[in-house]
Amino acid sequence: MATETLIQLCILLPACGALFIAASAKFPNLREAVTMGSATGLFCLVAALFMRPEALNLAPIVLAEPLPGLQLQLCLEPLGLLFAGIASLLWLITSVYTIGYMRGNKENNQTRLYICFALALASTMGIALSGNLITLFLFYEMLTLSTYPLVTHNQDHDAVSGGRYYLGILISTSVGLLLPAIIWTWHLTGTTTFTAGGILAGNIDPSLVVLLLLLYAFGIGKAALMPIHRWLPEAMVAPTPVSALLHAVAVVKAGVFCMVKIILYIFGPQLLITTGSNSILIGLASFTIISASIIALRQDNLKRRLAYSTISQLSYITLAVAILTPHSITAAVVHITAHAFGKITLFFAAGAIYTAAHKTKVSELNGIGQRMPWTMSAFAIASLSMIGLPPAAGFISKWYLLQGALSINSGPIIAVLLLSTLLNTGYFIPIVYAAFFKKEDAPIAHPHGEAPWTMVLALTTTALLTLILFFWPQIPLELAAQLPGVGR
Amino acid sequence: MIHLPIVPVIIPLLAAPLCIIFRSKQLAWSIALAATWTSFCVSILLAIHVVAVGPLSYNIGGWPAPWGITYYIDTLNAFVLLIVSGMSAVVLPYARKSVEMEIDSSTQPYFYSLLLICITGLLGITVTGDAFNMYVFLELSSLSSYALIGMGPRRRALTAAYQYLIMGTIGATFILIGIGLLYSLTGTLNIQDMAVQLRANDILGSGNRTLITAFAFLTVGLSLKLALFPLHLWLPNAYSYAPSVVTIFLAATATKVAIYMLLRFCFGVIGNGTIFQMTLGKIILIPALAAILVASIVAIFQYDIKRMLAYSSVAQIGYMILGISFATTTGLTAGILHMFNHALMKGLLFMVMGAVSYRVGSVYINDFRGLGRKMPWTMAAFVIGGLSLMGVPMTAGFISKWYLIKAALENGWWDVTILILLGSLLAVVYIWRVVETAYFNPSHENEEDIGEAPLSLLIPMWTLVIANIYFGIDTSIPLNLAQQAATLLMEGI
Repeated sequence: MATETLIQLCILLPACGALFIAASAKFPNLREAVTMGSATGLFCLVAALFMRPEALNLAPIVLAEPLPGLQLQLCLEPLGLLFAGIASLLWLITSVYTIGYMRGNKENNQTRLYICFALALASTMGIALSGNLITLFLFYEMLTLSTYPLVTHNQDHDAVSGGRYYLGILISTSVGLLLPAIIWTWHLTGTTTFTAGGILAGNIDPSLVVLLLLLYAFGIGKAALMPIHRWLPEAMVAPTPVSALLHAVAVVKAGVFCMVKIILYIFGPQLLITTGSNSILIGLASFTIISASIIALRQDNLKRRLAYSTISQLSYITLAVAILTPHSITAAVVHITAHAFGKITLFFAAGAIYTAAHKTKVSELNGIGQRMPWTMSAFAIASLSMIGLPPAAGFISKWYLLQGALSINSGPIIAVLLLSTLLNTGYFIPIVYAAFFKKEDAPIAHPHGEAPWTMVLALTTTALLTLILFFWPQIPLELAAQLPGVGR
Repeated sequence: MIHLPIVPVIIPLLAAPLCIIFRSKQLAWSIALAATWTSFCVSILLAIHVVAVGPLSYNIGGWPAPWGITYYIDTLNAFVLLIVSGMSAVVLPYARKSVEMEIDSSTQPYFYSLLLICITGLLGITVTGDAFNMYVFLELSSLSSYALIGMGPRRRALTAAYQYLIMGTIGATFILIGIGLLYSLTGTLNIQDMAVQLRANDILGSGNRTLITAFAFLTVGLSLKLALFPLHLWLPNAYSYAPSVVTIFLAATATKVAIYMLLRFCFGVIGNGTIFQMTLGKIILIPALAAILVASIVAIFQYDIKRMLAYSSVAQIGYMILGISFATTTGLTAGILHMFNHALMKGLLFMVMGAVSYRVGSVYINDFRGLGRKMPWTMAAFVIGGLSLMGVPMTAGFISKWYLIKAALENGWWDVTILILLGSLLAVVYIWRVVETAYFNPSHENEEDIGEAPLSLLIPMWTLVIANIYFGIDTSIPLNLAQQAATLLMEGI
């Protein structure tokens, strides 16, 4: 099959999957089979792209040209390939998990959930493969809209109000800030195509670079840079599989992916360094890292604690790319992968605890490690990754990030990293400690064991992936080496 | 082929009395359907001809211009002609069930007859090249629309029609005075000839008082007819109390035709847009921006959703006028393009209102509770129409927004760009209020038996859904026409 066809199929396959899921609504087993089939198919497609190094050097594929000079185009580049790989792999694992969760909790409207999942994945693939800002914006909005029914899945008052935050913040930032930024870029340069090294250099008044950068940074609400972060904790009203895939992987990673892509391919490292405007992004990201961690310390609801941890971890990626040294850009790329595997494990564990024990609060988890050893071990491994300790993947990204910070001799950045490591330890280790070493609260409401096996399988797989990535981090490292600003 | 320009006007005009003669509602509907489809097909032929060959003139009764009445069709007319006849062709299949529900069966033949007269009037305004003839057609369409609005199912329709009658008449009188003054100045009623005379006698450059007065009257009169804020007061009542079909039809076509007249007089007759560029552009910029903001905010607080959409129409008219007020080729393209795209999306949204009121009986926000489950196709259509109204990419609405912003940036008007985007965000708020109610609020217990709207309502509705998406992806047809029309206007005939 031609590589171009493969790339287009990556978006078409989940979209068609959604149609077939809708058609098979009456037969739950068939419906789940279709979900699994599309997820497997998508993973194979992306894997095939990994096997073809020439895919990275293709000319852009033009899908449509709605307005003269304004094309919808797809183009594969290393970061997009990595993002597509992570998203498709984790969709497959999440599908296994979701089936267990949805059936275990006897949720309503399961068909709608699977349809929206598939559509969200199609949008994510679109974001990963988009060749210019317009295409990126299109799929970015599609991702927001297709995940809205997922966030409001429970249809109660909380869900609707969470959905309002979600849609309100994401749409208003994207239409109010990101779209003007894109149009401004287009107005200045006459193009929106992602070009290694940037398109803005020489086209923009250096004093305005900061303004445009801020428009992009806050316009990409999905990157959850403070103060545009409120939608993330609000979106935790969604069922856990949704939170896991979308709010630890697809949606938030789409946010930081856009951020990295715009910094490397639209601004270009050189322009940001010469104008010094990356320092403001470093400041914003550092602030977000610390304050989100402090807020996370005080959350008793497990999912909310994870949400604030996500906000903090996303800013690691923003911070890393804003430092703009080869090491730090590599750190950003590795951390996109490491955080995806780690955070999805944590969410999976939270969902497994909810399904088996009906517990949502951190303070209720005393002694749960004895009842759910697999779940809590996976949780512990993922926590290590979040803190950045070996033998988990988070260590590698933190290592590169520190090297990047050292190479520009920035004391404050190193201080931020150390402080946040302490804070991370502060909000993860007590959970692990309580689960394994504290006595279970008596009286026990209802004795329980592990969650359904599909869920346990999924979360142990992702925990294993975190370990594997520590020992074999070649794939993200090699892809990172091909990015502009890293190049050998 | 030679008589083609008059066909779209004459067919509905001749069909109108037939509806009354036969006195059968079924037959009246069939006649109206046939007439609108013929008009639409001929309009397509005309548009193809105009694009391929160039402007078309047709002297009625063989009397040559400037003495006789001439029909003159260039790209701009052809485009508006397509909008009007196309929307009537989509509305008519929808009309049968909806009208049966809302209008007494003995008056139905009259209804179709009036609708055809209204269509005649609007198409007539579009094709004619004679200023007085244009006024006659304007009265024809206005009078029939007063009666059509008055046929609404609730008694408030009569007050709404009366209000529109008063304001519409003031508007029409102003237009007549404007045309009269232009006539006294140039001695001709032929629009082409008017432009030539104005230029030949160097009236343009000298700042002639009569000319300025004429244009003041024309602008105010037309602003009333096209419901430019703050002259829009008749519109919310008229749209909310009229029968569903009339609302769909008027929202999609009537205001567009008034905007066409504004373009024709201000750019066509005055030529080169000189006065426009100097003053008028700035004068109508403020009401246009106010319309976008104020009407959108007012729309958020409406409980009657039809009324909410009516206010949204006022805001959207603001966008069209905004595009025109830039007085650049891109701005005009944006304005003209938005006439087309707005017809598609507002036609669709009002069709949804018609379907909801067909099943539920009224369209207050509370009536939408649980409709997401009970009328899935109708509400899905509402969501897509709403997305188009917000200007989400891949819908027709995005294309107009894009061109408007492009035009604003070309003029370097950053503040206007921000207001355009703010308007989009306000649209998100008022549309999403309905979506939330439809999908998340549980339905009333006693209304469990509501089903999906009948197919004859759904098919036209989904035709427009597909059009909204299609013209968001492949814009070549409307964009080409709009661009050609804009270039033509900037050159001044």
